[in-house]
Amino acid sequence: MLAENIWRLDNKPPPDRGEEPIVFVEKLKNAMRLTALSRGAIALGLTPNLTLADARARVPELIALDRDHEAEARLLAQIVAGCVRYTPMVAAEPPDGAILDISGCAHGFGGETGLRADLVRRLKTSGITAFCALGDTPEQARALARFGHKSRDLLGLPVEALEADAAVTLALRRAGLKTIDDLARRPRKMLAARFGDLAIRLGRLLGEQDRHISPERPRPPIFALRRFAEPIARIEDALACLEDLGCEAAQTLLERHEGGRRFVARFFRSDGAILPLEVATGHPTRDPALLIRLFRERVDVLSDPIDPGFGFDMIRLDIGQCETLVARQDDHLAPSRHEEDLAELIDRLSVRLGARRVHRVRPENTHIPECAATACAPSNAPTWEGAPEGEPPMRPLRLFDPPQPVGAVMSEVPDGPPMRFTWRGKSYAVARWEGPERIAAEWWRRRDRGGKPRDYYRVEDAAGHRFWLFRHGLHETGGAPPGWYLHGLFA
Amino acid sequence: MSCESPPPFAHKRPAGPVPGIVLARAEPITSPARFALGVAKLDGALGGGLAAARLHELWPAQAEDAPSAAGFAMLMALKAAGNKGAIVWIEQQARQGRLYPPGLAELGIDPARILFVNAPDEKTLLRAAGDVVRSPAPGAAVIVPAGPARLLDLTASRRLTLFAEASGTTAILLRAADPQAPSAATTRWRVAGAPSRALEANAPGSPAFTLDLLRQRGGAPSYGWQLEWDRDRAHFTPLSRDLAADAGGEYLAAG
Repeated sequence: MLAENIWRLDNKPPPDRGEEPIVFVEKLKNAMRLTALSRGAIALGLTPNLTLADARARVPELIALDRDHEAEARLLAQIVAGCVRYTPMVAAEPPDGAILDISGCAHGFGGETGLRADLVRRLKTSGITAFCALGDTPEQARALARFGHKSRDLLGLPVEALEADAAVTLALRRAGLKTIDDLARRPRKMLAARFGDLAIRLGRLLGEQDRHISPERPRPPIFALRRFAEPIARIEDALACLEDLGCEAAQTLLERHEGGRRFVARFFRSDGAILPLEVATGHPTRDPALLIRLFRERVDVLSDPIDPGFGFDMIRLDIGQCETLVARQDDHLAPSRHEEDLAELIDRLSVRLGARRVHRVRPENTHIPECAATACAPSNAPTWEGAPEGEPPMRPLRLFDPPQPVGAVMSEVPDGPPMRFTWRGKSYAVARWEGPERIAAEWWRRRDRGGKPRDYYRVEDAAGHRFWLFRHGLHETGGAPPGWYLHGLFA
Repeated sequence: MSCESPPPFAHKRPAGPVPGIVLARAEPITSPARFALGVAKLDGALGGGLAAARLHELWPAQAEDAPSAAGFAMLMALKAAGNKGAIVWIEQQARQGRLYPPGLAELGIDPARILFVNAPDEKTLLRAAGDVVRSPAPGAAVIVPAGPARLLDLTASRRLTLFAEASGTTAILLRAADPQAPSAATTRWRVAGAPSRALEANAPGSPAFTLDLLRQRGGAPSYGWQLEWDRDRAHFTPLSRDLAADAGGEYLAAG
């Protein structure tokens, strides 16, 4: 169901096209099988676990999509986070459910049914189809939501609502026990002897036993602070104290299997001023030594040095952003000397120069040369396509942005290559050339159709300098001749 | 550089060099690892290729040759780094346009491997370069000051050489012009563009360079090398304009 919702959220089909047969397929045991179906597909009689080939044979107009479990998990997490408006006790039930413990919370929404109606309405407006049910225990609500489409009566539910093993369910069916009512009439001891935990499941479903849910709760922020009886005035002492705080915070991070990405140290001066210092790392870390190195770098590059005044009476270290960092065992055979890796180098440079001055580049999906690459954070690993074999470089090594106008261009009218041009006061005679390579403006992106097309030429002069020139626009009768620009230089 | 504390019983110290003085030695004890440029004669003139984990310095012959020098510096860095590690491009400011990642890809250098570092001024550039070259993580670093770079003197180049020796990171210093000053770089090159081998219909071909090896430590200078970059096989070949464009790579490689 979530799979269909994601597709609908992404594609926004027109409302009149109601129920297309969409199926989501996965490769299970070397066969593409249907694992999630849209309502339209269910209405046509398709069922989960069918192979895609069979389904296509039955419904040729089928739309088959790959199932994206990660996107479903993300959507579920969003839903769970949104449900905190009703109750703090919300737990996700992967893959596609959520349980809310609304004991004592419903009066703000007009009772339990009012809360349910509000939840359904909110989910519907955000494009999510949901089945909601109220129950005394989590299992009861779950069974009613999943199996209670036909009857809202708990005892009328089929035995599948117990969600026991397939073998157990089959055995129950064979014994003629088809509904919860059939089971509830039997003595429990007999069921426990024959089917193990089925009796417990039944008890929970009927509301005789209650299992409390373990809700998702935001974790408290991590911080460490130290107060001093007497203010300390030396920066070195303050940094040493910060290192201790780093060790404390690292212990908490280790217990939570997390590492920090952003660290803020605040020095509280005795006259009330607060001096904040912030460092960020590219990867989560909980190494106090690394942290203190970064803070020292930060202190070194401050435009005006820290003024301790009459001393600091409190130092506090906050961890602004945490990410999962699983503990890793060191290789005891590897040399123990610590070698700085690239991530640490990047962190050091970013702290000193500023994060914007250290970057990698990422390709962009555009033909416009000056937009083909953009800067991205150095922790990214973009993928670039290699150039085709057997071709000389078609793009320059240095690019001018904006392109530089060149003067005195001699070229054949209307669309000949440049034979001679002047750039920065020097005249160049073209000995070799190739072109034009026409790059049209991206008329589909911009309302003004993006301007004129450009005809690019790779040219080389007699001394072996290679240029990338373009003619901006076309010759038109009565108009001014198109301008020429130098856009880049080849190696 | 840290000095070890003196042993408690100085008279029992075994004869030999005092620890700490070793660090100030004039010449490296071990001969450096070398990486070949791919042209047998030039590699022979260099004594088996360029020394890895050292400082190499180059500059364009004229202002128009700046992109050729930048290209040769990047290709040298690619050869030095091999398949290992990132190439760090530390630039003071982009006056001659910015380095264009698709153009790097066209030279056979994966732009994803390159870490770009921009320094606002020369002092910051020098400090960042020191940090990068001192770190063993990158495969090679290209340091690009703008203008005459007076701070990059003999002492600074000596420091960079020592850092490179210690860490194993090859440092390449790409100057804007002939510094007219002494330097501790292992090799110093003057780079100019060369007319490329024309393709069909007189189109410009693969990048070609004219190189003058002005100085090399423990070797003779040599002038007038003409090389072409073979992107598909990732090495340099001698540039020979006598050959037809379709003579094929095998013959070139043998030459």
